[in-house]
Amino acid sequence: MSDLSHGPRHVFARQARDGAMRVAIWAAAAALFACAAWVMLDVVLRGAAGLDWSFLVDEPARAGRAGGIGPILVSTGLILAVAIAAAAPLGLATAIFLAEFLPAGSRFAAWTSLSLDVLAGIPSIVFGLFGNAFFSIWLGMGFSILSGGLTLACMILPLLIRTAEHGLRMVPGEWRHGAAALGMSRFSSVWRIVLPAAGPAVTAGLLLGLGRATAETAALVFTSGYVDRMPSSLLDSGRALSVHIYDLAMNVAGGDRNAYASALVLLLFLIVVNGIAMSFSDYLLRKRIAA
Amino acid sequence: MRISSLFPRTRDGHIAFGLGAVSCLASGILLLILVFVFGEAWPALRTIGVLRFLSDTAWYPTDNAFGLAPMLAASFALAAGALILAAPVGVAAAIFRLYYAPAWLKTPYRGLVLLLAGTPSVVLGLWGLMVLVPLIARLEPPGASLIAGILVLALMIVPTVAITAEAALESVPRSCWAAANALGLGREAALLNVVLPAAREGVAGGILLAGARALGETMVVLMITGNIVRMPDGLFAPVRALTSNIALEMAYATGDHRASLFVSGLALTLLVFLLSFAARTGRRMRYV
Repeated sequence: MSDLSHGPRHVFARQARDGAMRVAIWAAAAALFACAAWVMLDVVLRGAAGLDWSFLVDEPARAGRAGGIGPILVSTGLILAVAIAAAAPLGLATAIFLAEFLPAGSRFAAWTSLSLDVLAGIPSIVFGLFGNAFFSIWLGMGFSILSGGLTLACMILPLLIRTAEHGLRMVPGEWRHGAAALGMSRFSSVWRIVLPAAGPAVTAGLLLGLGRATAETAALVFTSGYVDRMPSSLLDSGRALSVHIYDLAMNVAGGDRNAYASALVLLLFLIVVNGIAMSFSDYLLRKRIAA
Repeated sequence: MRISSLFPRTRDGHIAFGLGAVSCLASGILLLILVFVFGEAWPALRTIGVLRFLSDTAWYPTDNAFGLAPMLAASFALAAGALILAAPVGVAAAIFRLYYAPAWLKTPYRGLVLLLAGTPSVVLGLWGLMVLVPLIARLEPPGASLIAGILVLALMIVPTVAITAEAALESVPRSCWAAANALGLGREAALLNVVLPAAREGVAGGILLAGARALGETMVVLMITGNIVRMPDGLFAPVRALTSNIALEMAYATGDHRASLFVSGLALTLLVFLLSFAARTGRRMRYV
């Protein structure tokens, strides 16, 4: 605690240290700002050059060097739809059970929360290995949109459960007491009162999960595969947008223009999804402060 | 408490039972993953043995050489290097936004950090491959190297450090600031001597979590580190990480080769678990 000692030499040393710290913090913050801006500007400027309406709807040609990303957008949409359709009901039911039906501090709740924490930390390439072994081979789905979507569903489940559970727990207890006093059953009070009140939080969680799933690449390479044709069913292999970017950048010489354009599409979609999710959670925060 | 009291024989009880069954399914997914990854890895663990994965000097899985050590070392070097860069910059960015940034800059700064946090790793990899690798190649060919991986990984995990550090710093009670100011400490002295030590555990937890993300990342290291299996012996040397190895070889691997890729996946999972548990002791894990 040299700051509490006195004397002119200490004052001088202290001023020098404070100045150095101020400079270091400004420099680090500026460097981060500059690097982030560099990445974004690079993707936006080089991506915008190749981005127009026909790029969004056309079939890819010459391994993706020319043409567009129409079938890839369809595959991506289907993979995301499978992931959300599988994860949302599972996640919501688990969150309701944890927040509304289990007594606080029960052993099952502790075990579930531990297993979700661990699940959230598993590297995405390991999800890919599991999806390949379980969905693609053991369940016989092969390289398919279904297999990729279900793998992503496992991956985003912890995020969905945590955000929904948090939203449910933020609903004031008096509302449940009021519902019980009116003679409502436990379930109808959850269904008609608690769940609608937690709606924005649940939606925000779903959107964050959607964003996480859209950004994922490594878990999809061995589950939904590489095929860039228009999928005709959920059991067809379909190439996700992120996989398309990876393939164009790494395996296709001269694919950078379309890789950048695809990256810009991915980035814009994520900005919209994450932006809406954040405006929901900001809205919740403001409401809680106002209340 | 008795299980039966949780599920009374009413409509509510039946619904609770149904929800409970679904929750078991959700919390069983982890078990399913561990069982399947372990099950696929088992043939290699049994016939090759754990020790040979560490002691074999080369990785020629089709010629009965299963040395994972160079890739393990590369993964550690990448994650450690990224952390050494990202930890101070991330903490400084958090301090900057909370205590230094002028009011008009706070919101755009947070926006950019969140944007970076939400950027897919494949996009960061694309930028690294097209912009950073050519720059490094001019300095010291071939460009795709350990240092390229470290720089882009650092950029990827900086938002994790910054966001968790912000939360930890904000949770330091205002009275700590007030007491520091009452003792005559300025902003820098209060930060160094009072506020940062008080937020120490949360900040450290966030850094460990960021380390776990760097260790488990695939796309960035796959795209820009060169993918040559060898012990990292310099910052400009091309290397191959454990994750990239899985991504590169899963497509055609069969038999013991495939099983040994699952072994490396299992090893990766265990390493990440260790880091996450260390982070948990500091603070609850965050996903957002």
